Amino acid sequence: MSEPGPPRTLRPPVPVAVMAAVAALFLLLPLLALAVRTPWTDIGSLLGGERVRQALRVSVIASTASLGLATLLGVPLAWVLARGDFPGKRWLRAFATLPMVLPPVVGGVALLLAYGRRGLVGESLADLTGVTIPFSMGAVVLAGAFVSMPFLVVTVEAALRSADTRYEEAAASLGARRWYVFRRVTLPMSAPALAAGMALAWARALGEFGATITFAGNLPGRTQTMPLAVFLELETDPEAAYLLSFLLLAVSVVVLVAMRGRAFGGR
Amino acid sequence: MNGRRGVAAAFLGVLLAGGCGTGSESVTVFAAASLTESFEEIALAYEERHPGTRVELNFAASSRLAGQITSGAPADVFASANLAQMDLVVGAGLAAGPPRTFATNILAIAVEPGNPLNIRGLADLARPELLVVLAAPEVPVGRYAGEALEAAAVEVRPVSLEATVKAVVTKVALGEADAGIVYRTDVLAADGAVEGVEIPDEDNVAAMYPIVALAGAADPDSAEAFVEFVVSPAGQAILARHGFTAP
Repeated sequence: MSEPGPPRTLRPPVPVAVMAAVAALFLLLPLLALAVRTPWTDIGSLLGGERVRQALRVSVIASTASLGLATLLGVPLAWVLARGDFPGKRWLRAFATLPMVLPPVVGGVALLLAYGRRGLVGESLADLTGVTIPFSMGAVVLAGAFVSMPFLVVTVEAALRSADTRYEEAAASLGARRWYVFRRVTLPMSAPALAAGMALAWARALGEFGATITFAGNLPGRTQTMPLAVFLELETDPEAAYLLSFLLLAVSVVVLVAMRGRAFGGR
Repeated sequence: MNGRRGVAAAFLGVLLAGGCGTGSESVTVFAAASLTESFEEIALAYEERHPGTRVELNFAASSRLAGQITSGAPADVFASANLAQMDLVVGAGLAAGPPRTFATNILAIAVEPGNPLNIRGLADLARPELLVVLAAPEVPVGRYAGEALEAAAVEVRPVSLEATVKAVVTKVALGEADAGIVYRTDVLAADGAVEGVEIPDEDNVAAMYPIVALAGAADPDSAEAFVEFVVSPAGQAILARHGFTAP
């Protein structure tokens, strides 16, 4: 009856088709409304504006740095969660994915309490080095990495867990050291999942609002990212806010389409 | 009734009752963030006098609230921390009548308890080593602070422009910022988490708080009754207890 291989496409039962159509409309209509209200004719002058350019610059730099940090730390964490065997692994996995469901403002407060000037770690850091993190670009980067790393960890861990370990075992049996196997076998094999996870994480960091405004504050040119500019422009200049929103949206759509849902096993 | 259908029906009922509020027996009040504590108390007192009526409060920066109201948010009453934001709503034809000024407030500098950095006035905020936080210029208190600093000819380089006055208080209370310009009432409301440094009258700016029932109120009588209560001696007594001055 069934043959191995990918599932064939099927015609959906009527109730499923109807609800799916409603779901698609529910998700698409707000995006459509945004596109309709965006003042396309003013796009040149709005993009040329000092505030928009500053926000764009902060967003691009900070989200890229967040992605770097999330990748550097997230891939090893994913490996440990997928391949490691140690007590408390389930707890570690739960905590590692917690920022995905935590209200971002709560995440921002938690970051302040940990890395703030009076924070658990931040106070010693300030005493020892004189460096304080809040209100700096570094805070924007940390906030972005905090909320986006789980997306990368989840994606890469899933790929590692479903991957065939025989190649790694073969490499090891031929005398390759663990670090060499990790770099030359494991990483290349999980490259597609890694790329998908990185795209997701970057888009998430780019869109972060609550943790950023709580932990990094809001200063144009330093910590004001695109989402923060959207939030504040909405009060004085809704048109600019619509355009900025649409830009953010377009970037996210491009990222999601480009990875073709690979992170979630789509094709 | 089939069990699953019962669940679906109950779900739909919750959606209709909760999501699309019919507004009967409830007054939705959009109020400036600086009114948080006083209006919570006013709402309780109002509900006590009008059994069966519920007051729904929505606090945010007045500028944000005005934007929400002009975009069609279902508010019955608007209490703003400045006249400009009220004018926006009135100008859009959304007020049921002329707004009434019900309170005034003044600015204060919020500092750490004990004032360890010895901040004595606006001029100290220019000290380069201080981390000063202000509200964004779009927010009424941010604009008032800008006016006060300009009048005093003090140039401040804030490290952050926060979205509401309460966010400014929080940054100082957590010790992340050394000082912030807020309303005097916010210092009182912080209940010891921050200390207030007074700004002398000649450098201070008076914030006027207007309130109005909105034309689109689901129950115009309740909306008007709430406004009446705020300007009544009972409402004024509560506001005075929170540090507001009668207009």
